[in-house]
Amino acid sequence: MTIPHRLDLRDICISLDGQALVELEARIGPGEVLTVMGPSGSGKSTLLAYLAGFLAPTFRATGQVRLDGRDISALPAERRGIGLLFQDPLLFPHLSVAGNLRFGMPRATPDKAARVEQALANIGLAGFGDRDPATLSGGQKARVALMRLLLSAPSAVLLDEPFSKLDTHLRHEMRQLVFDRLREAGLPSLLVTHDREDAEDAGGRIIDLAH
Amino acid sequence: MMLRLAPVLLVILLVAPILAGLVMALLPAFGYLPALGGESPTLAPWRALFAEPGICRSVAVSLASGLVATAVSLAVVLLYLAAVTGSRLDRWVRRLVSPLLSIPHAAAAFGLAFLIAPSGLIARLASPGLTGWEQPPDLLIVQDPWGLSLIAGLVIKEIPFLLLMSLAALPQLDPERRVAMARSLGYRPTLAWWKVVAPSLYPLIRLPVFAVIAYASSVVDVAMILGPTLPPTLSVSILAWFSDPDLDMRFMASAGAILQLGVTATALAIWWGLERLVARLMGGWIARGGRRQGETGLRIAGKLWILLATAIAFVGIGGLAINSVAGFWRFPDALPGSFTASHWVQALPSLAGPMASTALIAVVSTLLATTLALGALENEQRTGRHPSRALWLLYLPLIVPQIAFLFGLVVVMEQLGTRPTHALIVFGHLLFVLPYVFLSLSEAYRRFDPRWSQLALTLGATRNTLFWRVRLPMLLAPMLTAMAVGLAVSIGQYLPTQLLGAGRVTTVTTEAVSLAAGGNRRVIGVWALVQACLPLAGFIIAIGLPKLLWANRRGMQGVP
Repeated sequence: MTIPHRLDLRDICISLDGQALVELEARIGPGEVLTVMGPSGSGKSTLLAYLAGFLAPTFRATGQVRLDGRDISALPAERRGIGLLFQDPLLFPHLSVAGNLRFGMPRATPDKAARVEQALANIGLAGFGDRDPATLSGGQKARVALMRLLLSAPSAVLLDEPFSKLDTHLRHEMRQLVFDRLREAGLPSLLVTHDREDAEDAGGRIIDLAH
Repeated sequence: MMLRLAPVLLVILLVAPILAGLVMALLPAFGYLPALGGESPTLAPWRALFAEPGICRSVAVSLASGLVATAVSLAVVLLYLAAVTGSRLDRWVRRLVSPLLSIPHAAAAFGLAFLIAPSGLIARLASPGLTGWEQPPDLLIVQDPWGLSLIAGLVIKEIPFLLLMSLAALPQLDPERRVAMARSLGYRPTLAWWKVVAPSLYPLIRLPVFAVIAYASSVVDVAMILGPTLPPTLSVSILAWFSDPDLDMRFMASAGAILQLGVTATALAIWWGLERLVARLMGGWIARGGRRQGETGLRIAGKLWILLATAIAFVGIGGLAINSVAGFWRFPDALPGSFTASHWVQALPSLAGPMASTALIAVVSTLLATTLALGALENEQRTGRHPSRALWLLYLPLIVPQIAFLFGLVVVMEQLGTRPTHALIVFGHLLFVLPYVFLSLSEAYRRFDPRWSQLALTLGATRNTLFWRVRLPMLLAPMLTAMAVGLAVSIGQYLPTQLLGAGRVTTVTTEAVSLAAGGNRRVIGVWALVQACLPLAGFIIAIGLPKLLWANRRGMQGVP
């Protein structure tokens, strides 16, 4: 049931006060992960903000972001179809675990409750639906955050150093889970990190922003 | 779109009435008010004003009480903050001070009056043992000609305000690290705070300090309860002239309103000069590099004064309670000989109406203010703009003396033929409720982690879903607190209710203040206590409701 998606980044150039910060040209196919590496200050987060649709108005960006052949550069964040996985799981503290999973599901999704249950079973958290997210362990939260992203049915995914705050033993496991799921779903993904191991586990091309 | 209009509406609502009010005070001050037969410009109102006996003294008391009350409150707050070590006493003080903010000025003033009066609690406790008084001494302690009790009454209420404003501003200065840094250079903690934190904190609380000066130099209700009477403060005199059945007095009252504006402006100018002076003295003191000298004194003063002020306020409220149930109470006895519920029983029938009016006005003006503030803040988030330059406009109703523009506003309303109604009073209250609600809400709104919004949007939520399902529920607690502040501000308003209601709409506050002249302590005790407790209801809901709603959500228990 997965539809293959493609993300094309054409001639992207983000500049601040006339000075180019990031320049990028890349094509990401279905299930591929492109890793963008660089030390802090290299413009990684600016690139993510631009792709997701949150670039601060002080920056200037040229080029095109094409998702499945459609130029989305001018669309607002909520209509781009690009999902984002943050450093922190950021589970909404006022919603239950199931509430968090439902939050992103498209309105027309049939049989939401069953899909939530199934998603929870999928990540080994069957029956956790009514739980307060604050009572989950770090690894459980990270898995719920991943499932929430997938259930929102994005067409492409941005990963903002999503493993950097996990314990070492969890990190590897989580990487496997995330990359497997993204590949299964046929989603083009862009991973931003400064951890070489992340890049290696991702298994895709690596672009280094450090000049 | 409605949302984009919110900031504009906010500014118009705050600025237009003040400007209109000032103009309509200025014109009659120079003899122009056709409705009362004033057609040509004249200086007669001013000549009449300056011919009033005791006018100079009125002006001097207003000016001095404004400046001294502000200086003392600010000093107590800064001394306390410098001496804070996070001990149990410090946390206890902080927890006690917050509810004081919600107590209306009038109730606190009555509490103080009952405490320090010749037959008040302090005199009773000290008599006859220490003083030898068998009868209340014939001393003018409350309403003393120097305005000292007025200053004291203002200080106990302005300390909580300035303290909470400082506590809100402090985190962005990272005081712990600054002090740690200075301590590593050999400074004692309290001195370190004064030398490295205080100079950066002051600019952040400058507008609230100005608001205190403006308020203290022009207050009416507290001055009617605690201020001197022969002559009263300028603001109280103006109110008396304005309410005079002889309508010609209105011209003089208008001139007085403009004079009040000048007095407050002068107080602000003098303060500005004092700021320069203190900055130079502090600069020299810091440059000399003393690290130990005087530390103990500063530390002890930091604990002592705020404790004293807080204790006075609380014992005062306790005094109201005792008075409201006191039966026969012979003078030197510390407690009444008998207790009775009769004052309450007698007051109950007449309490219902004013309480309903108070609640109605407070709830409607707070709801309006919250809606407007949310609209403006949400618009700010969506457009990504920071209207920091418009911020000082919010302080306009707090810095322009109420009495200076409310008269003009009444004149405007009379010209428009608007009859005094609850709606008009709600509008008047909105001027003062809105700034507080906005300031209190904007703090939480702007600090809200932007990643929550980004997350919701990337999950496909629309801007409206984001607002209703993420921002509003997550900010419920600060929003309810802002609303409780709004309710408290509205409940405590005296002048707008009195003037815009033309004395025909009574609230708990107008009723309590009008009882001051009568001097029946039992009845005053009942009304002032009701007045003090009403705002607490709002705060109890603001604290309790989120706890109840989020009982099952640990992540919502703290501040988001």
